[in-house]
Amino acid sequence: MKYLIMIYSNPKSWGHPIFLRTPEALAMSGEAREEMGREFGELLREITESGELVGGEALADPAQVRTVRVRDGVPAATDGPYLESKEHLAGYFVVDCESVERATEIAGRFPDARFAAVEVRPIMGTSGQEM
Amino acid sequence: MDGRVEDLLRRSAPRVLAALLRRYRNFETAEDAVQEALLAAATQWPRDGVPDSPLNWLVTVASRRMTDLLRSELASRRREDRIAAGIPADALVAPAADAGTSGEDDTLTLLLLCCHPGLTPSSQIVLTLRAVGGLTTAEIAHAFLVPEKTMAQRVTRAKQRVKAAGARFEPPPEADRAERLRSVLHVLYLIFNEGYTASSGPELHRAELTAEAIRLTRTVHALLPGDGEVAGLLALMLLTDARRPARTGPEGDLVPLVDQDRGRWHRESLDEGIALITRTLATARIGPYQVQAAIAAVHAEAARAEDTDWTQIVGLYQLLERLDPSPMVTLNHAVAVAMVHGPRAGLALLDPLAADDRTARHHRLHAVRAHLLEQAGERDAAEQEYRSAARLTTSLPEQRYLHARADGLAR
Repeated sequence: MKYLIMIYSNPKSWGHPIFLRTPEALAMSGEAREEMGREFGELLREITESGELVGGEALADPAQVRTVRVRDGVPAATDGPYLESKEHLAGYFVVDCESVERATEIAGRFPDARFAAVEVRPIMGTSGQEM
Repeated sequence: MDGRVEDLLRRSAPRVLAALLRRYRNFETAEDAVQEALLAAATQWPRDGVPDSPLNWLVTVASRRMTDLLRSELASRRREDRIAAGIPADALVAPAADAGTSGEDDTLTLLLLCCHPGLTPSSQIVLTLRAVGGLTTAEIAHAFLVPEKTMAQRVTRAKQRVKAAGARFEPPPEADRAERLRSVLHVLYLIFNEGYTASSGPELHRAELTAEAIRLTRTVHALLPGDGEVAGLLALMLLTDARRPARTGPEGDLVPLVDQDRGRWHRESLDEGIALITRTLATARIGPYQVQAAIAAVHAEAARAEDTDWTQIVGLYQLLERLDPSPMVTLNHAVAVAMVHGPRAGLALLDPLAADDRTARHHRLHAVRAHLLEQAGERDAAEQEYRSAARLTTSLPEQRYLHARADGLAR
């Protein structure tokens, strides 16, 4: 089963890995920050080697977002995100796991889960069972 | 690739690997060497013609590759190169590998190795498809809709698990044999289901998994014709796969069993499946795959949905509940009971599942409740249950089907 893991963050300034740019992480000791980076690297290595990681990308600063609306057939693009919120989607990963419990465990190990939140959402499949 | 060449390569794959494993214990490297030999053959044979002894050709190329791989592995470990090179292929192939039964027995031994209980189901599936089925990593990745790199990692991980579990290329102890064979059948069943749920669009090629599962189960059945559960599983696959042309509509929408155009069922597979399960039930010790095949056969024997012998199906589900109980069996049992004793009787059987946290949120429970409530004339409650099921499923065609049923009731 495939899941989308969405990393939400509210950094002081945009950059990746995003968790290091949160006010909480910036207040930590250098050692604690390094440790967090190490744990993140460890997680990525683990899910790569297990064949669970399907893909993922880091996203650009929300300041670069263009939102497009078409009204009465007229498209209008504006700068800035569609949803106003303090937290932004900073990146995503797609994992293919044996269970939702495993996907949730992986999500909980992203350091970002300690600051804002990490969402796990099943990805719809195109195969179905006889009903 | 030429279909005949591909077929020949796929059938040869486990025997070439077995030949290598008789000489070298190293499963991980031997499996890689065989894959490379198969790839070489896939490019050379269609161009230059199939060699006189394809099996010897493959074993020679695979052994040469094996020697190279082991050399570089040893070199990288800074050990002395003490691997014998240039072993003639004939010495590696067991006597009469082309003709006798030993090559076939090798296939079973290899299946038992790939389905070792120390491996996770996903590792068992991947290894079985590669080492026994002769599929490439790219083909398996394609079928499971993941990037090739991801699948390559799974292959590596699966092989590490073989090593860690101490799984060897040798027949299991007699005491474990029955149990080990059960896990082989379970893996073949899982591979079949992966392919069978595929309906349309980008997932159509997953259907190849179904064909592969049937091919492998046929091989096991040929080796163990007296095993009732092997025969039962093969019959179940044939009878289920026969419905494929009728189970999806032109838009990839799901067509439930009662609404399927039975004229589109694959007659040849039905006949083979019915004959096989009939013969098996008369002679072998009963088991869950045989009972499931028997249920599929009862459906297959009804010319129209309304001719279905539901009383017999209820009896078979009662038997299955005793042999191999599971929530899915209970769900199907409830449907059959509703057909014989009315929807209320079916709904009553579902209450324990609704009260159980492990099953209460399963979309199929809500879908079955919806169907039974609809039969009972409770349109509002049925509509709500269809909507609940639609919210809980992660399958697009199932969701479309469930919403369509709910929409039909809301009108």
